[in-house]
Amino acid sequence: MSEATLEISLTVNGEQVTKTVPVRQHLVDFLRNELGFTGSHLGCEHGVCGACSVRVDDAVVRGCLMLAVQADGAKVETVEGLNETGEIADLQKNFVERNAMQCGYCTPGMLITAAELLREPKPVSREEIREHLSGNFCRCTGYHAIVDAVETTINTRLEEG
Amino acid sequence: MNKETPLTLLDKPNSYVGRTLSRDAAKRAVAGRGRYTDDIMPARTLHAAFVRSPYGHAKILSIDVEAAKQQQGVALVMTGAELAEMCTGPWVGTLVCFDGMKSEPQHPMAIDRACWQGEPVVMVVATSRAEAEDAAELVTVEYEELPVVIDKETALDPGTPIIHPNLGDNLAFEKTIETGDVEKAVAEADIVIEDTFTFGRHTAVSLEPRALLAEYDPGTERLTIHTSSQCPHMIQAVFARTLGVPEHNVRIVAPDVGGSFGLKIHTFGDEIAATAAAIKLARPVKFIADRLESFATDIHARENRVKGRIAVTKEGIITSMDIDVRSGAGAYSQYPRTSVFEANQILNITGGPYAHENYRASTQVVYLNKVPTSQYRAVGHPIGNTVGESLVDQAAAACGIDPMEFRRRNVMRDDSYPRISAAGIEMRDLSHQQCLETLVDRMGYDALLEEQAEYRKKGIQRGIGIAAFIKGTAPGPAGYYGAGGAPISSQDSCTIKLEPSGGVICMVGVTDQGQGVDTVMGQIAAATLGIPMESVRVIEGDTDAVPYGGGTYASRATAIGGEATYQAAMMLRAEILEIAGVLLQAEPDTLDILDGHVVDKGDSASRISLAEIGRIGHFQVAELPNHIQHTLSATYRFRLKDALYIFTNGIQGAYVEVDTDTGFIKLLNHWVIEDCGRVINPQLADEQVRGGCVQGLGGALYEECVYDSAGQLQNATLADYLVPMAGEMPDIEVAHIQTHTGVSELGAKGVGESGTGAAPAVVMNAVNDAIRPFGGKVTAQPMSPETILKALGKV
Repeated sequence: MSEATLEISLTVNGEQVTKTVPVRQHLVDFLRNELGFTGSHLGCEHGVCGACSVRVDDAVVRGCLMLAVQADGAKVETVEGLNETGEIADLQKNFVERNAMQCGYCTPGMLITAAELLREPKPVSREEIREHLSGNFCRCTGYHAIVDAVETTINTRLEEG
Repeated sequence: MNKETPLTLLDKPNSYVGRTLSRDAAKRAVAGRGRYTDDIMPARTLHAAFVRSPYGHAKILSIDVEAAKQQQGVALVMTGAELAEMCTGPWVGTLVCFDGMKSEPQHPMAIDRACWQGEPVVMVVATSRAEAEDAAELVTVEYEELPVVIDKETALDPGTPIIHPNLGDNLAFEKTIETGDVEKAVAEADIVIEDTFTFGRHTAVSLEPRALLAEYDPGTERLTIHTSSQCPHMIQAVFARTLGVPEHNVRIVAPDVGGSFGLKIHTFGDEIAATAAAIKLARPVKFIADRLESFATDIHARENRVKGRIAVTKEGIITSMDIDVRSGAGAYSQYPRTSVFEANQILNITGGPYAHENYRASTQVVYLNKVPTSQYRAVGHPIGNTVGESLVDQAAAACGIDPMEFRRRNVMRDDSYPRISAAGIEMRDLSHQQCLETLVDRMGYDALLEEQAEYRKKGIQRGIGIAAFIKGTAPGPAGYYGAGGAPISSQDSCTIKLEPSGGVICMVGVTDQGQGVDTVMGQIAAATLGIPMESVRVIEGDTDAVPYGGGTYASRATAIGGEATYQAAMMLRAEILEIAGVLLQAEPDTLDILDGHVVDKGDSASRISLAEIGRIGHFQVAELPNHIQHTLSATYRFRLKDALYIFTNGIQGAYVEVDTDTGFIKLLNHWVIEDCGRVINPQLADEQVRGGCVQGLGGALYEECVYDSAGQLQNATLADYLVPMAGEMPDIEVAHIQTHTGVSELGAKGVGESGTGAAPAVVMNAVNDAIRPFGGKVTAQPMSPETILKALGKV
């Protein structure tokens, strides 16, 4: 049985991409295997762990729950793209300084999720940060350091206006 | 009290040792540039998928693979029998150090019989994982269901089916250790407390699943395996021996490893199968476990029932403790580390912080038709600590003594080492008293008691928990990995080299899975040599590059690998100073190395740079006299000499709130005071403790692999197997007491499992403290809301 395919055109990390993909291929598999953006990871393929989180048209989605063909015409951003644009450079720096990751496998998804809190920063409690990150599983850190890094970033942005 | 330790190079002002430095790997991770096994995609890579047993126990009557073989993209379909022909023989998961232990020989894939749901039966290899899975669905396996053994309590009863008839029964191993006279102590005690504790089955749930990419070059007969592993040399030995490839032809590379926690010190049949396919096809073959496969095949752990008893005087002095452990293994003993190590550790450490002299501990480990069990972070310690610390709390309550004060009266004195514990193990360089008093201070214990009382008046039930612990770290060759017979090194090594540029390459057998092992080794090397951190490159995780070693397990990387790095750096330093002495016409002991320069000890004036020594030492060697046979490199291997472990100790505190209507537990605060000896990088040590704690809390509160009576795993998804998420977890305050171990000059002990080992104990004690006024008591983990409500008599 040859696989059914479709041609899709989309923007990935600012670049226009046109590819023919199997219709059953998940967005994250497309990004990883076809385009080489391996920063998005697969942890559960079930929409629970958040390791595959990417941005599609400015919304954070689970790359394992969306098909590549559904992203036809969309603007897709991965952690590599956010890294390039510098949008979360302060968050990344704080993650490094606070050691807010160990194995690093959850980190791209964690950053993309945390970045939502930075778009229009407003004062948030640690509990609110924890709640916001509760769709992203980290087995290594126990979360404390991640909450610290996010909190520091938000507070610094608020202070610096 | 900290013992007086002689000052070393590591104690210099501004030393890199004892300083928080960030990790290079972290910078890579935040950019999305991590490189995990599945990120490596050689051309023409094939992908393996498996047909797995849908039954807990079944005879395999026939296998029809013809339809699968005809599928487009399929390169190979292999049965267990075909795989066995490529192997030197089945695995037998026993070690000689476990006297009387038995296990059925296990093939990498089932041949005639499958013994757990998820056991691999047929492998399909195709051009994509999706195509491999498509074809796997076309494989027809005819099974005849066999009776299953699921309940460890009845596994040895007459009438219970025997999983492996060749073994005669379902018993894997039994052992009793006994010190003093428990029965006499019980008979003479003022108070005796008995209780039974049960622990659910857990699994590691590394976020990156097991992953392997095997490549074989028929020309050179080299087998290269990239795999998400903690122990490259062990993988090399086991895979080479199983597949009949000479060990020196096998290269194991562990790239970035996405979490491990003990899971990735093991070998699995599906990984052998994928490697065999790579050899057979001479093409790269990748196997990445999906999450369902992870739950149904990754090692499980922690399934134990423990009956425990403690005897005390009315003054609150412990006179004896005894435990009986029924440990539920899986269908086979996991090769090569076995499935009985956990029970053995429970015997070793239960009641371990205390000075009592009468102890009896026995276990029976039984086979079940479930996933094989083996080492998972803090092996046995969550069980032993929970049992011991709950009994201690109950005894304190029966005596009417505050639980902190009760522990104060019973812990081993800080001035009493070395000494032999009640379990017969040598303890040295511990600090229970200092840790306890530090915890009292950090918790604000007395104020917390007052606060708790105030909340009680408002109808809010808060509990305070305390749990002292010991932790076996950095095992030596006298135990399982040397004397036991497994191909696992308990020594570890460092080879360190000065390059012509003055840079230093530091190659270590211990491995990093995100703990910062590479950073820590770099700090030790740089501090010892007197060079900037930027001048050191640490290489780990590649058997072609690094000296032989055990890798990272049992909290050994810093304690064992760190000492090897320190000593190797000392040797290289001596050679550098010898060469400098010749070149400068100075006595080497009048020289020092500072910031990459050889200097005069007195005034720190720079005499010659390490780059110049590197240049002369490698290129202009004629400038040196012939008798200087330098290599500008050094290798040192370190192992424990006599000790079984480097034991560490500590104490945890927890503050929780229990909703007595819903059974929900809210974790308010958590404290860990622990003694890992010399701390190399405070932040990294703290984060090991925090992450470990949360892993322990997950097990205590949420996690359990649930089997039905037919041996079907009921919750093999991350939606159904609950893990701790950010919203439920507390901030965790960590402090370190640094009593250097006397077994090394570095003085570091292990730190990676201390959080996990006692977190379940402390949170259970806190919950029981909260519900004690209602007569409630929980002795089962995970402590689900249902468990709490049952304890309160509400359901």
